Amino acid sequence: MKNSKKTKKGLIVGFFFAALFAGLFSSCEKAVAAKEDPESMKVYGESEAEMTAPPFVPRPVGKRAATKLIVNMEVIEKEMEMSDGVTYVYWTFDGTVPGSFIRTRVGDEIEFHFKNHPDSKLPHNIDLHAVTGPGGGAESSFVAPGHESVFTFKTMNPGLYVYHCATAPVGMHIANGMYGLILVEPEGGLPPVDKEYYVMQGDFYTEGENGERGLQAFSMEKAVNEDADYVVFNGKVGGLTGDNALTAKVGETVRLYVGNGGPNLVSSFHVIGEIFDKVYVEGGAMINENVQTTLIPAGGAAIVEFKVEVPGNLVLVDHSIFRAFNKGALGILKVEGEENPKVFGGKIEEKVYNPGTSVSGVTEEATEGGLSAEMSMAEKMERGKQVYTQNCLACHQATGAGIPNAFPPLASSDYLNKDVHRAIEVVKFGLTGEIQVNGNVYNSAMPKQNISDEDVAAVLTYVYNNWGNNKSEVTQEMVKKVK
Amino acid sequence: MKTLIRLAVCIAVMIQSQAYSQSGSMVEVKGGEFIPLYGTKTEVPVGDFLMDVYPVTNAEFQQFVESNPRWRKSQVKKLFADDNYLRNWKDDLSLGEGMLPNSPVTNVSWYAAKNYCECQGKRLPTVDEWEYVAMANEKQPDARTEKTYNQFILSWYETPDTYKKTIGNTFKNYWGVYDLHGLVWEWTSDFNSVMIGGESRKDSTGDNNLFCGAAAVGATDLMNYAAFMRYAFRGSMKAQYSVKNLGFRCVQDVEKSEL
Repeated sequence: MKNSKKTKKGLIVGFFFAALFAGLFSSCEKAVAAKEDPESMKVYGESEAEMTAPPFVPRPVGKRAATKLIVNMEVIEKEMEMSDGVTYVYWTFDGTVPGSFIRTRVGDEIEFHFKNHPDSKLPHNIDLHAVTGPGGGAESSFVAPGHESVFTFKTMNPGLYVYHCATAPVGMHIANGMYGLILVEPEGGLPPVDKEYYVMQGDFYTEGENGERGLQAFSMEKAVNEDADYVVFNGKVGGLTGDNALTAKVGETVRLYVGNGGPNLVSSFHVIGEIFDKVYVEGGAMINENVQTTLIPAGGAAIVEFKVEVPGNLVLVDHSIFRAFNKGALGILKVEGEENPKVFGGKIEEKVYNPGTSVSGVTEEATEGGLSAEMSMAEKMERGKQVYTQNCLACHQATGAGIPNAFPPLASSDYLNKDVHRAIEVVKFGLTGEIQVNGNVYNSAMPKQNISDEDVAAVLTYVYNNWGNNKSEVTQEMVKKVK
Repeated sequence: MKTLIRLAVCIAVMIQSQAYSQSGSMVEVKGGEFIPLYGTKTEVPVGDFLMDVYPVTNAEFQQFVESNPRWRKSQVKKLFADDNYLRNWKDDLSLGEGMLPNSPVTNVSWYAAKNYCECQGKRLPTVDEWEYVAMANEKQPDARTEKTYNQFILSWYETPDTYKKTIGNTFKNYWGVYDLHGLVWEWTSDFNSVMIGGESRKDSTGDNNLFCGAAAVGATDLMNYAAFMRYAFRGSMKAQYSVKNLGFRCVQDVEKSEL
């Protein structure tokens, strides 16, 4: 903070002098312009770039001057896990998907050492979207297995950029995991934050369907049809969950560098339970505020920032939501710290909601009319089982055992066997409050069941004639009487 | 004079290695016309020729370097082979640990492969010849439209360490040739004549290239990813390069063999 004030002061003084002596020192203007043009930015010294595997990023550039930056990167083709019991031969930059995060600043001169491991089957290259020049470096970096190519470029535009392999057939190289992010920070660096992470989405196409075990081959057909089996963050299902979950503490500001390698799908990137305070739209200089979901194109990126105010698990998703639930596009940011009820009160009450009407209305009408013909015992048992399965089983379970402390048992139930009419009442009108069943106290709520009198008779008959109950038969007449 | 000596040596080697190995086994490939990946609409003629049934093996190449000291790894000129040349070998004449005599030889430069074939009175196949034979599966001379054919090739590209397998491990194709797909890449005489540059998406700019595999524009069969990858691989090569997954086999013109 202090520093920036100083700089401001310095600038003002500078402008003052510039204005005063504009006529005398015309070169001053030139000097200012030169400073803004990355092409003519001077570089100081030489250093090797810190490279990090996802989800981590190298240290910020801070206030360092432009420099000559040596980047070393190696292509490795190797089998890794895609999902539980499912493996895939990934083609990688530095052995991870996405590849290592490269962090530079505007005006840096990059000397890129691009190596292809001798065990590789194929030649590879790298197209960095941060490069101003033919193919983003693709031609210059093209390298056979067991060889290294070196090329140079200057970072001209600040922003967050995707890099990827562009060797024919390009789609397959990307589909096998050959992408990553390179950040070009503006002069003076991005504003500091508490936590920074590297997240990249990708879609995968396998011969077997999602979840089919074993080593899965790339399916060209599915890739061409854009029919992805897996859509994941950081290279695999669970790449950002469990032990791989991201972490932060309440009160911290988190910055995510989010890329999308594709090859095909566009990401509707969203963090469940947060609002992005800032989005560097498409990874560029424009900042949008208060964003729920930001679109990240294949071969594109965005920087999102948010302060985490309350503890809990925030869920990173591609809000094209079937991808999240069925194809793996899920990640967790675990936030630890003190609850903050001012921001989020949490659940303070839960109660029964019973508007007394039926949405479908059909069953209500059915009960209005007279009695339909009474079913035989066998028919009741059969119908009763169906009704039970549809309406009761979820809570009271298939064996009538219920769930301890939540849903009382129907099997050998003293509560049922003592009073058939009470049982009919419960089914017809619901029950809330404390009851005792077989010596245990239950205090929960059973909603009114919107089923016909005939069905009430059937289901209760089914229950009474099963699981050690007293074999009562319930008739429509009995049900109708209970009001 | 020098050439004469070399020729003599070659002939000596030829006799020796013929006796020793399977390199004698060749099959005839009936020529024809086909449209390769890089072609537009013009068919490319391929004449009749003989092709080695198997890729050249470690043992065969061992024989070759024994008789040709200039191709030993300690003596080879850097101009003709880079530092990866016979990298896995223990020394000049012995194979490295775990290497099988009957596996295809790899880590050989184009110059070495070319000379090996010449010493046998043979030559390296052209890209067109190689592709012509390699488009066959077990039953058909041109199986490029078969899904299983493409899938088989793609899956070997994705399987690590196939160079360690022994020859004859894969299917015998329509012509009676083994292992064109499944073990190693193979050198061709004009490997770099169809250019796939590093940049795979650029439009063909009129040179003869696929500079750009996805020079979708210049290619005939966009679904033949396997072929794209072969052309890309060849495009990344230089003649002195030696690569762990790259071997070779030889061919011979029919007329010559009938002499």
